[in-house]
Amino acid sequence: MQIFDNILIYFVIVPLLTLLGLALCNNKGIKAIRAVAVTGASVLVALASYLVYLFLQARGAGDTSEMLLQSSISWYAPLNINLALGVDGVSVVMILLSAFIVFAGVFASWKINPLPKQFFLWFFLLSIGVFGFFISIDLFTMFMFYEVALIPMYLLIGVWGSGNKNYSAMKLTLMLMGGSAFLMLALIGIYFHSSTDGHLTMNLLEIAKNNAVPHDWQLYLFPMAFVGFGVLGAMFPFHTWSPDGHASAPTAVSMLHAGVLMKLGGYGCFRIAIYLMPYAASELGWIFLTLTGISIVYGAFSACVQTDLKYINAYSSVSHCGMVLFAILMFNQTAMTGAVMQMLSHGLMTALFFALIGMIYGRTHTRDIREMGGMMHIMPYLGVGYVIAGLASLGLPGLSGFAAEMTIFIGSFQHGDMFHRVLTIAGASSIVITAVYILRVVGKLLFGAVQNEHHRELTDASWEERLSTAVLMVCVAAIGCFPNFFINIIYDSFAPVVDALKVFM
Amino acid sequence: MPLNLSIAVVAIPLFMFFFLGLAGVKMSRKLTGVLGVLGMLVTTVLAYGVAFTYFFGTGDGQVTAEGVRQAVIVWNPDWLAFTPTLVARMGIALDPIAAMMLVVITTISLMVHLYSLGYMSDHHGNPEKGFQRFYADLALFTFSMLGLVVATNLFQIFIFFEMVGVSSYLLIGFYFHSPAAIHASKKAFIVTRLADLFFLLGIMILSYYTGTFDFFNQNGMVGMTDSMDAAKAAIGSAGAQTFMGCSVMAWALTFIFIGGAGKSAMYPLHIWLPDAMEGPTPVSALIHAATMVVAGVFLVARLFPLYVIEQGAMDIICVVGAFTAFYAAAIACVQSDIKRALAFSTISQIAFMMTSLAVSSADNGLIEIHEGYGLGYMASMFHLFTHAMFKALLFLCAGAIIHAVHSNENKDMHGLHKYMPITSFAFLIGCLAIAGIPPFAGFWSKDEILVACYEKGLGWGLWMSAVAGMTAFYMFRIYFLIFHWKEHKVHTEHKPADQVWTMTLPLIILSVVSIVAGFVPMHDLVTWDGKELHTQLNWVVAGSSVAIACVGIGLAYVMYFKENPLPSKMKNSMNGLWTAAYHRFYMDELYQFITHKVIFKAICVPIAWFDRKFIDGFMNMLADVTNRAAYGVRRMQSGSIQSYVYVYIMGALLIAVVSIVCVLM
Repeated sequence: MQIFDNILIYFVIVPLLTLLGLALCNNKGIKAIRAVAVTGASVLVALASYLVYLFLQARGAGDTSEMLLQSSISWYAPLNINLALGVDGVSVVMILLSAFIVFAGVFASWKINPLPKQFFLWFFLLSIGVFGFFISIDLFTMFMFYEVALIPMYLLIGVWGSGNKNYSAMKLTLMLMGGSAFLMLALIGIYFHSSTDGHLTMNLLEIAKNNAVPHDWQLYLFPMAFVGFGVLGAMFPFHTWSPDGHASAPTAVSMLHAGVLMKLGGYGCFRIAIYLMPYAASELGWIFLTLTGISIVYGAFSACVQTDLKYINAYSSVSHCGMVLFAILMFNQTAMTGAVMQMLSHGLMTALFFALIGMIYGRTHTRDIREMGGMMHIMPYLGVGYVIAGLASLGLPGLSGFAAEMTIFIGSFQHGDMFHRVLTIAGASSIVITAVYILRVVGKLLFGAVQNEHHRELTDASWEERLSTAVLMVCVAAIGCFPNFFINIIYDSFAPVVDALKVFM
Repeated sequence: MPLNLSIAVVAIPLFMFFFLGLAGVKMSRKLTGVLGVLGMLVTTVLAYGVAFTYFFGTGDGQVTAEGVRQAVIVWNPDWLAFTPTLVARMGIALDPIAAMMLVVITTISLMVHLYSLGYMSDHHGNPEKGFQRFYADLALFTFSMLGLVVATNLFQIFIFFEMVGVSSYLLIGFYFHSPAAIHASKKAFIVTRLADLFFLLGIMILSYYTGTFDFFNQNGMVGMTDSMDAAKAAIGSAGAQTFMGCSVMAWALTFIFIGGAGKSAMYPLHIWLPDAMEGPTPVSALIHAATMVVAGVFLVARLFPLYVIEQGAMDIICVVGAFTAFYAAAIACVQSDIKRALAFSTISQIAFMMTSLAVSSADNGLIEIHEGYGLGYMASMFHLFTHAMFKALLFLCAGAIIHAVHSNENKDMHGLHKYMPITSFAFLIGCLAIAGIPPFAGFWSKDEILVACYEKGLGWGLWMSAVAGMTAFYMFRIYFLIFHWKEHKVHTEHKPADQVWTMTLPLIILSVVSIVAGFVPMHDLVTWDGKELHTQLNWVVAGSSVAIACVGIGLAYVMYFKENPLPSKMKNSMNGLWTAAYHRFYMDELYQFITHKVIFKAICVPIAWFDRKFIDGFMNMLADVTNRAAYGVRRMQSGSIQSYVYVYIMGALLIAVVSIVCVLM
């Protein structure tokens, strides 16, 4: 079939094959399970890197079409539902990010217990959803993959989690499902207005080209779509699943969830909500801009008083993901590019954080910073890793956070009016608050005197933990040192969205 | 020597950071130290070569026919393209102040690298564990500082501002087992971050209106007056825009100054610097006396062509600088911890540089470039140069003393002259230099500053002269209390002595530099427009400032040379003032109140509470209501036939009644 000539389909097929491979493994054959998982993840990284190469080559050769590598097969002709594939710069970097995080996640759950086979099964099912979402340009297919990514989370937290895991798993799943209920309504609404000549379609590009959703309908559908994705993007006031969910989730799941899944929210917001309904976006954008502005500052302030390492990071994620949506709503190419940079940066850095926290928790069996101290003496590798993640989070040049935040702030400031400027300044002030909570944790957790004498007997990271975190650290530094490489890929992808919005601005 | 070697000057320290940071743990401490010093030595030699070539070379177009020294852009690739036109670049530009700073930074850094071989070898008698980490961090700092001064654009300066901030954080918190060091490092980082936020705002405003970050045009060699014309055009276009009564450009420049004030410890952002003395003393000498703390001065000097035109921003700098100079000098007069006293002295001296820059502008707001204009700029850079040398010398002496007596308090030191003669002489030279006694370095630079201040107005001149007198007093107070007064009893047992050669040699070198640095022909080399500046010694100002310095020294001699009851009498007679100054006028307590009581207790805690109880509470309530409703509805499915029949009959009756009513109506 023609679709198998498209490299994109293999981002779904590879995890699917990994899934089959895992299913064939013996329950107790941990080595075989690991081998299959590592193979699957490595192939994904290789594929994603090759995709970046293909993309750059195509763009270099002068291919300026909006989506590259398009192909489509019909799934259900009566409703005109297709498996339509295609990527632009944003999808490409998101796929790259997902591949690296899946890779790091496999090594971070090296010693997962109990039921390693089932864990990896659900883990790869989740990644099918993630990759599928990023490669699709058909509303139905996107929604389907979106749901595939959400559901495994319930079991992954409920079975392998810690603490109050039943409550957290239920809460996370219900809130996200609530969001996707809105989303589904919005998608159906868009579908029925997707064209004026009665030839309805689910294809993103066609809907955008037809630009047929009536303005009054947009005003209803846009908030639904934006809130639907916003819940996943931890937008205030729909963020409360994040602290509890992350606190209970096992390490690799936290990594994948904060690293990739939350990005589905931001990605969907601009690809579906804003791109398809530019009129409503320009009319109602200010409401959500205010909410995300609140998210940024609110999350940062909340993080200042938390004592549980995972809660600190969850609130920090609220702040950083708030910045993603904030920048998207700025409706200019620079800020939107910054949003994608921030997705990359936050994905890698939070994955790194959660990996390190999981490793520390696995040793100390506590995440309360008041009960820990002097970890730098005991586990220098993990300590240095935590400092690097922290510095990336507070925006040190040379690490990813800085390039992302600066692109967002400089881009946002290009708006000349008072409303946008005040919000930009408020958002920028979060860099100080971030420094406060990050340094507070670093000071309490890593430096100072050892609080618990038993901690002196703990060991530093093992090889697979080192590998998992080192991959993420190198990625964080690569984005921070060579931001232009990524910006060049991303920047032009936003031209169609901005053009669509320009009409109404 | 080709100017391209300046790339190596910046790259070598970066390489040393990675090399020592990654491979250091596998190497012995001695090897690490020697490699660190060698790397720095090579960097220094190259930097000297580059600076010499820049100043005295006859390269292609370095000096125009009119005798204007040009800036040379050695390297300038794109780093981050915000838009196709607004691009942040990362490069190397050489101009007079950049070349001068290369010399200052590498000299001091080399001295500190050498000195640390001895100082950092042990920590209170035990081998220092983090020796390799220390050298890696030093290299990182040196790299960041070098990158800052050769920046080709404002954004690059911002990037390296952050980098020096973090390397300073790592080095202040070097003894990370000590709570005081952790606290100090955190404080330093957060205070300077707050200032950097303003810097960022300034950059955003400036780049929005000018559409560029660059200082110089892209085509390589460009006269500095060109950049000034461009700046004037940009201000002209943005000048029409006002915000709250001031032009946006004045806002932008003031914000950028606040960013610089954070690093340069201007009041009220100075509070981190005294605490930063918790770091190892060589670090204090390198970062918190000679290099990083002048980053703010450098920033203002770099944007001088813009500041010159914005009188409003200059006035703010002038007032802040003059006040800080006095305020810090007053505190330095009563501190008992020698490193803190030196820290306040540093704050005061940097304020001298800031003030000197700010008095340069023309009074009427319009720039008129007359003969001798820009004296303040030249004087400021000159003082930056000399101050770096003698303040590093003073700190390294202090380090040697602390290493010998294991205390920072001057009461544990009295009478050390007999035991540590070399250190004593070196310290004396440093004191004479900072007090402004000819022919030591400080005299020449401070004299120029005072002349510039008197040009601005008699009041400014008198104020700064008075502060110069206080400088002489507090420095000699420290000197006499350490080396004279009544000899401490403990010394006869412990026999403190001059330290090993690695620590003494830098003292000797810097002493010599402190004597001769004043004779460097700065007028010809470092001026704001690249032209030579013709000045001559103003005998009235020079004579009076020396006289005032002598009075200060004399007063210190009377009060502190021999043990006598005068100081305690003084203290008792103005107890309130003395206590307030000793507690640094309670600025730290004020900050403590704001951060802990206001921000933490009144903002963070309520927000976290609101989030858990209200927002999350609402979500839980939704779930709860759903649950209860489900329980309520469940009761209907009771399985009891009687109730089903009952409901069925009642429903049927209800429908019947309703339909009858409808038909009848």
